[in-house]
Amino acid sequence: MVLKIFFPQCCNRADSGLLVGRWVPGFDSVVVLAVIHYPFIPGQVKKYLSEMQSAIQLELTVLGSWSMPKDGQEGMDSFLKDLSTIFPQGRWLQLSRELGKRGFACDDEKEKVIFIHYDQRKVMLSHLHPAHGQEPAAEGVSELRLVFQTVAQSQPLFFLDKYDDGPIKLTHWQSEGREASILVELIKQASVPMCLVLTWLLSLWTQLRILNMWPVRFVSSKLSTCVQLSHRTEHLQTISSPRRAQQHADFMRKANIFVSFLVDIALGLLLISWLYRENRIGRLANTLVPVADHVAKELQELLQWLMGAPAGLKMNRALDQVLGRFFLYHIHLWISYIHLLSPFIEMILWYVGLSACLGLTFALSVVSDIVALLTFHIYCFYVYGARIYCLKIYGLSSLWRLFRGKKWNVLRQRVDSCSYDLDQLFIGTLLFTILLFLLPTTALYYLVFTLLRLGVVLLQGFIHLMIDIINSFPLFAGGLRLFRPYRLAEGVKFKVLCEEPGMSLHLMMEINPLKLSTAVQQYRIPTYSCYPKDSWAALCKKLFVGDLIYPWTPLHKGSKED
Amino acid sequence: MSEEKFTDINGKPISLECRSHSSFCREFVVSAPKVSLRAVMVCTCAVWLSAYAAFFVTKNTAVLSSAIVTTLVGMMVHIHLIKIDHERLLIVGSLGVQVSSCFASGRESATFIEMSSIKDIVINEAIHMQRVIYYLCILLKEPSDPNGVSGVVPLFQSSKPRLNCLVKIYKSCQEILGQC
Repeated sequence: MVLKIFFPQCCNRADSGLLVGRWVPGFDSVVVLAVIHYPFIPGQVKKYLSEMQSAIQLELTVLGSWSMPKDGQEGMDSFLKDLSTIFPQGRWLQLSRELGKRGFACDDEKEKVIFIHYDQRKVMLSHLHPAHGQEPAAEGVSELRLVFQTVAQSQPLFFLDKYDDGPIKLTHWQSEGREASILVELIKQASVPMCLVLTWLLSLWTQLRILNMWPVRFVSSKLSTCVQLSHRTEHLQTISSPRRAQQHADFMRKANIFVSFLVDIALGLLLISWLYRENRIGRLANTLVPVADHVAKELQELLQWLMGAPAGLKMNRALDQVLGRFFLYHIHLWISYIHLLSPFIEMILWYVGLSACLGLTFALSVVSDIVALLTFHIYCFYVYGARIYCLKIYGLSSLWRLFRGKKWNVLRQRVDSCSYDLDQLFIGTLLFTILLFLLPTTALYYLVFTLLRLGVVLLQGFIHLMIDIINSFPLFAGGLRLFRPYRLAEGVKFKVLCEEPGMSLHLMMEINPLKLSTAVQQYRIPTYSCYPKDSWAALCKKLFVGDLIYPWTPLHKGSKED
Repeated sequence: MSEEKFTDINGKPISLECRSHSSFCREFVVSAPKVSLRAVMVCTCAVWLSAYAAFFVTKNTAVLSSAIVTTLVGMMVHIHLIKIDHERLLIVGSLGVQVSSCFASGRESATFIEMSSIKDIVINEAIHMQRVIYYLCILLKEPSDPNGVSGVVPLFQSSKPRLNCLVKIYKSCQEILGQC
């Protein structure tokens, strides 16, 4: 069998010493983690290794000896052989390298050896993702995964370096001295009290919400601003938990939420700084009422057109007049309310615009709510038209069955034949005829108002799509993939390093990063929006029958009126 | 290290290079013919002549600049994403198999499959359009069923060598797989 030695690149030029690492269980391979230099006291080395073993929970052992003789250092061979008696273990490796030659030699091994060079810092920081279609639980027996886990778990081993005053002098990736950034350390120190403060504030806020009674809760479930507020509160609760994230997925989720929250607020502040300059709010408020007036006027003209002979169709005059006047009166009421509110609109807009400092998503949800409120009359007309049409259709279908002598059996949920009395048949046929001839009028009103409602729904849907994208896009994962691609690893790549004749095989192991699309898909933040579950066919059927369509309902509300 | 000339299933010349790094590590490189200068000139001339004709009709210089931009972008996309220069198979006994394809711009995309998940390397037949072709593929092990195959990874998909080339590679791979 071939022995695979995973050798860190930082130890290529290390002075002679002992190799410390781990034998990978179940495979014929070994991971070298560090080199301990001469002079050392074997007792202290053993004590240090047992301390490390309890800290890391891995079986760290002395693997063998490493010799890179400098000028004038001869006669190490017998010394190195004697070392193997001091440290008891199963196998003893003796690696050596000569200055001027690029290859290593592994003495004393009759079998073949492969040296796999790896970049210790990158392997330590990276997370190997499970391959396509495999669950993480089934991954235990992969050799590479064990190697990655070994290096990642050995972080405490890399704290001591060459310049420390202790008895042990190690070479590993941090052996030139540990680097740290002041900003990062300050942020780490400040983050714990900040998290506690945030948790306390959020607990106050949630206690406040419990006191809300049913009407407020009903209203807040309809307004998308309140839904967005509760969603962000959940996010903040996730971030502000003072426990460190243990799993990689939890850490990525926290980081993604944090970064997208910051970007959201930054965009919101940018919007505020643009909006509150040059009295744009005043101009916006001044155009809002004329726009509402204009919409109402257009609706009135539309209704006048429907009350006449729309597109050449001949309507039933009486029903036409009744429906038309009913809707016209509604529009008149709506316009009066708008005019009543018009002096306060600028102030309301000014204060509501300030909510954009909570994030761009809030500004967009406020816009969506304003659109919903301004087109409330269209929604009402749609509901009236749909209900009348729905009643008519159900009545028609039931009387059509009577016309043919059949009946709907509620117990058996099927159509059965039934013998009706003569007067039942007479009244039924009369009603059927009336409903049938009134159908075109109601159908036309229903069609017009459904189209208007669908237009408004499309607009609101587009705004909600924007909000959803901002909410769910994992900016941290995308940025990590672009700037530190080795941290999200899909696999590894090997390159054969040019060999000299007679030397063993040397391979260079590099990290193969995850594709950007896979990274974004995997680390998407889950959001509250549920896209319409109906297929196009179901939607068309609902429209035809006259059932009310609700394009979206918040997920946590549960019941959808389908 | 030896280089031989073969043909692919469409009759175009390809070359196979076998390198043996050690007794258990071998590398096979199948190279497709490079981007031909004649094809590039023909495409560019066709696009620019049609752009000049459009300019003659519409008298709008935006047509010419858009033709230039289209040609440049098209060429960059072709050499970076479409045109595969050579495909490489690196087999290291008891470690695994690495399959990589190198594009004409130098970009290399590699996949490594560990030896513990490889069941075997075989030559399969496939029906491709109106003919039957041979292709080399790696069979992956199913974790739950020792006799099952969980997936098939086809090799040399863009160069598509013929059977004589595939047999050479197959024999070499089987020697290494038989050792571990």
